[in-house]
Amino acid sequence: MAPQSLFDKLWRRHVVVEETRERPAVLYVDLHLIHEVTSPQAFTVLRERGLSVHRPDLTFATLDHSTPTLPADEQGRLPYATAQAAAQVETLIGNCEEYNIPLLDMGDPRRGIVHVVGPELGLTQPGKTIVCGDSHTSTHGAFGALAFGIGTTEVGHVLATQCVFQRKPKSMRVTFDGVLPKGVSAKDIALAMIAEIGADGGQGHAIEFAGEAVRALSMEGRMTLCNMSIEAGARFGMVAPDDKTFDWVAGRDLAPSGAAWEAALADWRDLPTDEGAEFDREVTINAATLRPMITYGVSPDAAASVDALAPAPETAAERHAADYMKFDADKPFSENLVNRVFIGSCTNSRLSDLRAAAAVMKGRKVKDGVVTLVVPGSEAIKQAAEAENLHAVFLEAGAEWRLPGCSMCIAMNGDKGKPGELVVSTSNRNFIGRQGKGVRTVLASPATAAASAIEGRIADPRAYLK
Amino acid sequence: MTLNPFHKLTSKTIVLPQENIDTDQIIPARFLTTTSREGLGASVFYDWRYTETGALRNASPLDGFAPEEFKILVGGANFGCGSSREHAPWALVDFGFRAVISSDIADIFKSNALKNGLLPVVVDRKTHNELLRTSGETVTIDLERQTVSFGDGWNAVFEVEPFARRCLLDGVDSLGALLSHMPDIREFEERVR
Ligand code: SF4
Repeated sequence: MAPQSLFDKLWRRHVVVEETRERPAVLYVDLHLIHEVTSPQAFTVLRERGLSVHRPDLTFATLDHSTPTLPADEQGRLPYATAQAAAQVETLIGNCEEYNIPLLDMGDPRRGIVHVVGPELGLTQPGKTIVCGDSHTSTHGAFGALAFGIGTTEVGHVLATQCVFQRKPKSMRVTFDGVLPKGVSAKDIALAMIAEIGADGGQGHAIEFAGEAVRALSMEGRMTLCNMSIEAGARFGMVAPDDKTFDWVAGRDLAPSGAAWEAALADWRDLPTDEGAEFDREVTINAATLRPMITYGVSPDAAASVDALAPAPETAAERHAADYMKFDADKPFSENLVNRVFIGSCTNSRLSDLRAAAAVMKGRKVKDGVVTLVVPGSEAIKQAAEAENLHAVFLEAGAEWRLPGCSMCIAMNGDKGKPGELVVSTSNRNFIGRQGKGVRTVLASPATAAASAIEGRIADPRAYLK
Repeated sequence: MTLNPFHKLTSKTIVLPQENIDTDQIIPARFLTTTSREGLGASVFYDWRYTETGALRNASPLDGFAPEEFKILVGGANFGCGSSREHAPWALVDFGFRAVISSDIADIFKSNALKNGLLPVVVDRKTHNELLRTSGETVTIDLERQTVSFGDGWNAVFEVEPFARRCLLDGVDSLGALLSHMPDIREFEERVR
């Protein structure tokens, strides 16, 4: 057989009915993650058509998008942003009860952001197909899984049949050669890649991330990188599994154990791309020359190194973005004062992210007037961070230590900036209004966000590295 | 379930020339706490159309006309990027659109739109540039022949995923087709698990 890529192998293993000219393939889904925002209308369709959930045992629900990150009041009432947000949460709880779907309810010590809890629980495993009504589902590709975001109609399809109609996308390999310099993280690699290929550069493609710098990344770093695939337009991002992957999965609550683990391991070792496999497109990036990156526009591909000068806009779109962001052209980014900092989201809310931020903030103070939110990705991360006293570092610095959730990444739960504010954020989208109406978002790594909180302006984290 | 079949649409256009119109612009996240598909048209492009205090600016090409006459949206390149929220096509359809034309439409948006009777039409750059100048003019989209025509005989062809096209022409949704594969799916489950 011709050499196969990781993606080819994952695809072939899950085809129920082959693709034809007239019809996409029917692709089997091993794990369907759901949350409160993109699922209610799918359950409505099930009801309208008298269908049941085909495999509740392969379905898993969490609450994250519209949930508050502030604690309940004395009566135990959670501070939902609106009654509708509370109702949406109740709707998912009701649907999970009715259809027998496991749910991480409010108060569950395992609850968190959907793309954080999947891996944490050991549900995310190499070789699986994983879907969720959320475009950052590509995060799970870090484990050598075929993971992609779907719309609500498709959520209904998967609930009813455990399958989706899907045409096989083209393949692309992005290779990061060399060793990442100190102070440069997975988030910086991701932003550099998006700047290189464009916000639509990966459209219609499944991306495999490869190369020395990717192999050297921790599992958390690989998740950050795969998470951002969609910001380059690619619904699928993945990294071949290796011993680092297996070590990470081993022993987790819902991971295989005993003989099943040995069998799984043997199977997973077959997954990496064969020597000589062909890709429709290849991109190579030298990791050794990368610097900490930030975004300066309203699309994630408007990214540059933090120590650069703001570029002068050339196209109409760039002028529109520059008018909105109000960065003076040809001036250092560091001249821009920051109002708010958000450290969190499924991109950068894991323990290693919090450690990176804490390393910068330790023994320092957040600049007066800069509201800084640190929002762990899950209850488990919150516990682990508190066990290391990271929360104390943040609190002593003057930052807020919140409860897990999507928070300011999507600003649906009431956590948001004010019009005109400049927010340095470790999330994934700098779209106009994403973090509140009129808010200007700068995407950055946890270390860059922390340095910016300390200085009250866009700041280079390398100054804080010992 | 049946959808409104889509064969041929002749309508005036609304042009939003900005590039990278993401789904956060089409429907801001704060409107996503709904549990229904209905009624989102009122919030379409909300932050473009309304002031801070909720007053209609009447400055957007989306306002000040009868939506029933304008069923075609022409958008800038990379239309519908970002969040996978299906609320975006729901809102556009609820507002009155039946087709979106651009030189480049994001994958998930395209897939979501097709499932809701909103035809995503990707045309070549030259045609796109012409169309960006057609604000308020009449354009015809023929799904049977896969053509877009307007002006003095400008004609362009476009590609549509054949299965989604069939579903739109017949006015059926794809869940029925997927359900017809249940025997294959059960067999796969037996074989693989
Ligand atoms: S953190 Fe942001 S990107 Fe991630 S799942 Fe939540 S809203 Fe989506």
